[in-house]
Amino acid sequence: MTQQQALYNYALRLGDNSLILSARLSEWCSNAPFLEEDLALTNMALDLIGRAQAMLKYAGEVEGKGRTEDDLAYRRGERDYYNHLIMELPNGDFAYTMVRQLFVSTYELFFFEELQKSTDATLAAIAAKTLKEVKYHHLHAKDWVIRLGDGTAESNARVQKAVNALWMYTGEMFEMDHADTMLLKEGIAVNTDNLKLGWIQMVTQILALANIDLPADGYMQTGGRKGIHTEYLGHILSEMQYLQRAYPDATW
Amino acid sequence: MVIPQYNKEQVFDILATIPDPEIPVVNILEMGMVKDVIISNDGCEVIITPTYSGCPAVGMITADIRSTLEAKGVAPTTVKLVYDPAWTTDWMSDVAKKKLNDYGIAPPLHSSCNNEMLSKNTIPCPHCGSERTQLLSRFGSTACKALYRCDACLEPFEYFKCH
Repeated sequence: MTQQQALYNYALRLGDNSLILSARLSEWCSNAPFLEEDLALTNMALDLIGRAQAMLKYAGEVEGKGRTEDDLAYRRGERDYYNHLIMELPNGDFAYTMVRQLFVSTYELFFFEELQKSTDATLAAIAAKTLKEVKYHHLHAKDWVIRLGDGTAESNARVQKAVNALWMYTGEMFEMDHADTMLLKEGIAVNTDNLKLGWIQMVTQILALANIDLPADGYMQTGGRKGIHTEYLGHILSEMQYLQRAYPDATW
Repeated sequence: MVIPQYNKEQVFDILATIPDPEIPVVNILEMGMVKDVIISNDGCEVIITPTYSGCPAVGMITADIRSTLEAKGVAPTTVKLVYDPAWTTDWMSDVAKKKLNDYGIAPPLHSSCNNEMLSKNTIPCPHCGSERTQLLSRFGSTACKALYRCDACLEPFEYFKCH
């Protein structure tokens, strides 16, 4: 693998993570518990799709085959998508969506803090911009997880159930492969090994405030980064890509 | 060789006539979105930066810049989107903040964002000036705003978040 291919993969994965989580959050539009939360979830989805657009555009430039961000979003099948599995899981209830947002945004706080120091100027610039937005997402998710966890017996039980269900999908965020280590040597990629401790400490602290038990560290699900997904991704793509599949090259 | 019939200053003057599509009371220069104008023999290049990554107004702003400049004879015009340095409410002029306030949107409180953005602040009501206001929602009608309510005049209002 050349460094160019590694960089393409790196930007693509970051783009896919944002795009797929954005698609999931968008599903809350008109379905949230109340109007303000409807706006909040779709605002976060908007930040994520902006980030996906920037990352996929860059991936296309690095690849050098003339593919645009739209080509990459709408013309790849599920086995060519490399997002973490946690992004594609169905929304579940509001507690489940907020727990996922907490796990992901806490990770992103640490990740983009580091990526903004990347020797790759484009990744660094997108990271610096993203970090400002992620801080806000994190604050929102944190408040909700604490409020629900520290709320009624029902809301506490739902948060606990979500934490238990999502826990095994968190390990994948810290995986690194050959492409990552290649870029790490050049100061382009983030060493996710170094993020684990900070992530676990912050999550533990927040879950404690929410009266939620931390699951025992156990089996971690994997696959998304290699293109092996849950059955859910195909359904997201079939909806997202319908128009370009049915009417190739359609523009408006 | 085509010698441009316009200079940078004139281009900026024209850009100052283009309103922000979502907050038409301020223009795109006052918002701090225009980073530079580069005039060469190939035409005019306007460099802009989005307020938020997913700002849906970017497409419209790009189209507005091209059509407005080209209508004034500044052609060909290209618009380039850059992310570095990341946009901040620091770049919003005092004039723009005053205009926002008069329009009913509380302007960003601090000169800078990040950690200050996250702390609890008192946001004065843009309608009556009271500090007895409360946050209703961190996210408003656009990515850059939050929803507040004034407990003195009972009016809801939007706050332009520090960013």
